[in-house]
Amino acid sequence: MPRLLPLLLLLLTIGSSLANADTATIATAANFKPTLQRLAAVFEQQTPHQLTLVGASTGTLFNQIRQGAPFDLLLAADSERPARLEQLGFAIAGSRFTYAEGRLALIGYPAGRDLNPASLRAELTTGRGKLAIANPNTAPYGLAARQALEALALWPLAQGRLVRANNIAQAFQYVDSGNASLGLVAYAQVIHSPRAHWLLPARQYQPIRQQAILLQFGHRNQAAIDFMHFLTSPPAKDIIRHHGYAVAD
Amino acid sequence: MRSLIEMNSMLSAADLAAIVVTLKLATITTIILLLVGLPIAWWLANTRVRAKPLVEAIVALPLVLPPTVLGFYLLLAFAPDSPVGQLWQYLGGEQLAFSFSALVIGSVIYSLPFAVQPLQASFEQLPKSLLEAAATMGANGRDQFFSIILPLSRRGIIGAASLGFAHTVGEFGVILMIGGNIPGETQVLSIALYDRVETLQYSSAHWMAGGLIVFSLLLLGFIYRFNKTASLYPAGRVRS
Repeated sequence: MPRLLPLLLLLLTIGSSLANADTATIATAANFKPTLQRLAAVFEQQTPHQLTLVGASTGTLFNQIRQGAPFDLLLAADSERPARLEQLGFAIAGSRFTYAEGRLALIGYPAGRDLNPASLRAELTTGRGKLAIANPNTAPYGLAARQALEALALWPLAQGRLVRANNIAQAFQYVDSGNASLGLVAYAQVIHSPRAHWLLPARQYQPIRQQAILLQFGHRNQAAIDFMHFLTSPPAKDIIRHHGYAVAD
Repeated sequence: MRSLIEMNSMLSAADLAAIVVTLKLATITTIILLLVGLPIAWWLANTRVRAKPLVEAIVALPLVLPPTVLGFYLLLAFAPDSPVGQLWQYLGGEQLAFSFSALVIGSVIYSLPFAVQPLQASFEQLPKSLLEAAATMGANGRDQFFSIILPLSRRGIIGAASLGFAHTVGEFGVILMIGGNIPGETQVLSIALYDRVETLQYSSAHWMAGGLIVFSLLLLGFIYRFNKTASLYPAGRVRS
């Protein structure tokens, strides 16, 4: 009997965790949603929990959370807004961590055109097309795009040629529809497409640290807490890397 | 923290630029709306062709469709390698998408029913006998238009102009999709407001949002007062 005790405890734990199957609502930055869908599918296979995903821009989600939106966990596209939610008391202090680092890629129209620093410069000097970036004031990838153009000493040249999309998805769509001839987008958007792209060197912009934080609303939600731990597991990191993000080991 | 949220207690230069772009867009759109809307409304008020309901329905489409439908098709149409984009560049235009001209085209289509419907309503109420009498007295079409039709349709014209103007100021979805948010060129007030809210500049957002409410209230109050009836459309006709 004493030798069976650990087994009994294990069964009890499994039983109680089954009984405690939770549902969590995860608010995610739009750029990460496809990756999150894959992660959520794996997570739901491994645990009894269920996840509901809500995708919008980080700024929109931030405002919604401040107005009491029922989200348990936030996967932001930056580190600034999760930090602010922590300060304001809308999130659990100390639960914040970087789950992915975004990377910037240059794409063009037509999809097969050659892309490199020289073609970017040539387009801005002699071409006539527009360069689409996400809005640097609202979108972390837009800010990184601006920093990269500054690092390449192309920012002054780009004035008058820039179109600022509402978010990184719209920047991609401006190029895809042919309205902009070049665009700086998230590598995650192009990594699995046949579209030609140039992956910008990481030193040309500040790291796009996408941070997660447990929200006040979800501080007792076991599904949200378990999913946070899952995000730092090696299988989850592999999925995140596979989708075009950098992740620290 | 506080400094970020409470930044810009008043309107900044960028906000003022957005106001200027918005007023310029609404003014140009209203002028084109009247130029395009008058003949369409006149034709609709007088025609007996069987296709009339179809034309009326096409004009009224922007009333019911989400702006994203128009934004989507305009974005495809404005691409430099599309027929519309090619034609525009052939005619000497710059690239169409993300330009002020693109906003004007989008706004005219989007606000067309707001101009055509009041005009059509007032044209339909013109006493035909008056025009016939004028014709028998030798007034040609031009005379009839300026001395009978225009004065009698005053309400409809002012209603069409005010509504077209107000609706253009209130536009958001189409411009979000085709504008490119370029300050001083395509960043209108509603887009600037959206940016301020996203970046937590609530104080600046309050000035814009509050200003828009007061402006719209005054404009609508003016229209209602001018019409003296409870309807935005002359003499009890309800837009259908």
